[in-house]
Amino acid sequence: MEHKIRVLVAKPGLDGHDRGAKVVARALRDAGMEVVYTGLHQTAEMIVEAAIQEDVDVIGLSLLSGAHMTLFIDVADLLKKKNIDDVIVVGGGIIPEEDVPKLKKAGIAGVFGPGTPCDDIVDFIKKNVKR
Amino acid sequence: MFEKKELEKIKRERARWEKTCYLRLKNKYPERKEKFENLSDVEIKNVYGPDDISNLDYLKDFGFPGVYPFLRGIHATKYRGRLWTYRQFSGFGSAEETNLRYKYLLDHGETGLSVAFDYPTLYGYDTDHPMSRGEFGKCGVAISSLKDMEILFDGIPIDKVTTSMTINGPASIVWGFYIAMAENRGIDRRIIGGTIQNDILKEYIAQKSFIFPPEPSMRLIVDTFEFGYKEIPRWNTISISGYHIREAGSTAIQELAFTLGDGLEYVRWAVKRGLNIDNFAPRLSFFFNSHNDFFEEIAKYRAARRIWARKMKELGAKKSRSLLMRFHTQTAGCTLTAQQPEINITRVTLQGLAAVLGGTQSLHTNSMDEALALPSEKAARIALRTQQIIAEESGVTDTVDPLGGSYYIEWLTDKMEEETYKYFDRVDKLGGVIPAIEKGFYQREIAKAAYKYQKEIDEKRRIIVGVNKYKMDEPIEIPILKMDEKGEQRQINRLKKLRKERNKQKLNRNLNRLKKAAEGDENLMPFILDCVHSYATLGETCQVFRNVFGEYEEPVIY
Repeated sequence: MEHKIRVLVAKPGLDGHDRGAKVVARALRDAGMEVVYTGLHQTAEMIVEAAIQEDVDVIGLSLLSGAHMTLFIDVADLLKKKNIDDVIVVGGGIIPEEDVPKLKKAGIAGVFGPGTPCDDIVDFIKKNVKR
Repeated sequence: MFEKKELEKIKRERARWEKTCYLRLKNKYPERKEKFENLSDVEIKNVYGPDDISNLDYLKDFGFPGVYPFLRGIHATKYRGRLWTYRQFSGFGSAEETNLRYKYLLDHGETGLSVAFDYPTLYGYDTDHPMSRGEFGKCGVAISSLKDMEILFDGIPIDKVTTSMTINGPASIVWGFYIAMAENRGIDRRIIGGTIQNDILKEYIAQKSFIFPPEPSMRLIVDTFEFGYKEIPRWNTISISGYHIREAGSTAIQELAFTLGDGLEYVRWAVKRGLNIDNFAPRLSFFFNSHNDFFEEIAKYRAARRIWARKMKELGAKKSRSLLMRFHTQTAGCTLTAQQPEINITRVTLQGLAAVLGGTQSLHTNSMDEALALPSEKAARIALRTQQIIAEESGVTDTVDPLGGSYYIEWLTDKMEEETYKYFDRVDKLGGVIPAIEKGFYQREIAKAAYKYQKEIDEKRRIIVGVNKYKMDEPIEIPILKMDEKGEQRQINRLKKLRKERNKQKLNRNLNRLKKAAEGDENLMPFILDCVHSYATLGETCQVFRNVFGEYEEPVIY
């Protein structure tokens, strides 16, 4: 049987805007992926721990508060620290253009701003999963 | 509203028109869509006439502005007398930076202030709390103590200008900061005016910056109602908000129904506590979204006024003031595009106009760059100018409720009222507002609507200019707001200094008294004010409540 891509959709930090996270979670599920949604107020430790427990291929982070440069990078750093290199991290939210290259350099494989069609996210994940 | 005979004639003529004139053209040149629907999935007819509103009675259902059921407005003179308040929601970084932005906006003709707090403040954490990591000043200003509040309003005439504060979980404490700040400046608490959002129900439903479980949260809110009408009579102690419900993805009808349902729930809790409805009801205020469907939005505001007046009367309100729905409007942040950001100015203009034609008491018009970052100074100024143009150039303010009597608007207003009552019934069947929250009813309804909306955009059944049609591949050239990088450290140093210098004995005594009061059933506002005056921080005061009340965990639904 074909491996179903497993995705952890997570909301780091205090931000409560969960519309995007929920819409994307549903879209990924409708595209045939297995989706786990963490709910709100997750620390980097909680997110990485859940990713390990749930054995996911992808972590999808959503943040609209503007704290992405700290909180997204915390997750990427923690994965590196734990030598986890087969999980890709993607993120979305209110993210100024100029932050995108910095996030990518820090290990966020894909960054999706407002107006992104859900299919673009599905396609990106399918192309970039590592296992 | 029309004579029976006349109506029969109109109906006959309509049927004939449909069969001949309309169908002939439609068959030759098909319409753009099979079915026309608004954002709430209400089917829109080709044309509306007297026969569509024949069930309505002018004096009973419409009336005149300032007269029950207030469909046409809560004031007889409306904008002919006084324009709405230009109230731009803003806040970022440190209190010093935001103070400068407020002065800038006031200098450019803003007539009311509206504070955006950062996430740590919204959750009742001080800037140096571990959970505050990365969030300082990011989506609002950081306020951790009375000291910060004093800096925020330094040099601003708070005896003349009113201030709205978007704060919910820790609303009573932040209100305490404001009251204490005014008192320290020698301004009588009875003359300060403003609003605290203080609407926890929509936090559980949509916005998600809740702290405590529903019961103690509702108690804190009723405490502010009571303290407000006795001590701070010009303050709106709540702003019952549909804005965030809509931003989370609801339809207009859901926004209307859930918000008014929340409003009635607060009234029931306050009455249960023994408060006289006519004492606190005049200080209840509302807050709505203004989204893309122009006429639907206008109908929503008009319906809201009529439903509220009718329901408040049913609940026993006697004073006319208790029946008035006064509301603030903000244009819909979720409709702003990151693509071609300048065209957001046009969207905001239409949305702002809808709010005005719906009779808003105050308005925030969004800045064009808000899908990218917090507004730059220039973007914020253009947004303010947008509403000044609507108010002072367009002429739409010269008569009251200019769209009143439009067959379409009146039909749609009535339809939205009818659909709202259906939602009230569904929530009643679930056991009321709080049980419906705990069962995830609202969350599911909203998530479903949000997903449907996104799919329609993705499949190009709903057009968003610049996103799924008329796209351009060009770099986005909008200056992004830069914050003072030293702000966070400055704030942390200030907190340290404050903790060292204050009278610890007095502080601990007041925090202990607050704890005891929280465990009992006294009104907590006087105890909060004592803590605030002894320079307890937001985090410390909130921690007392966290210990006594516990924290809320929401059901995870998507």
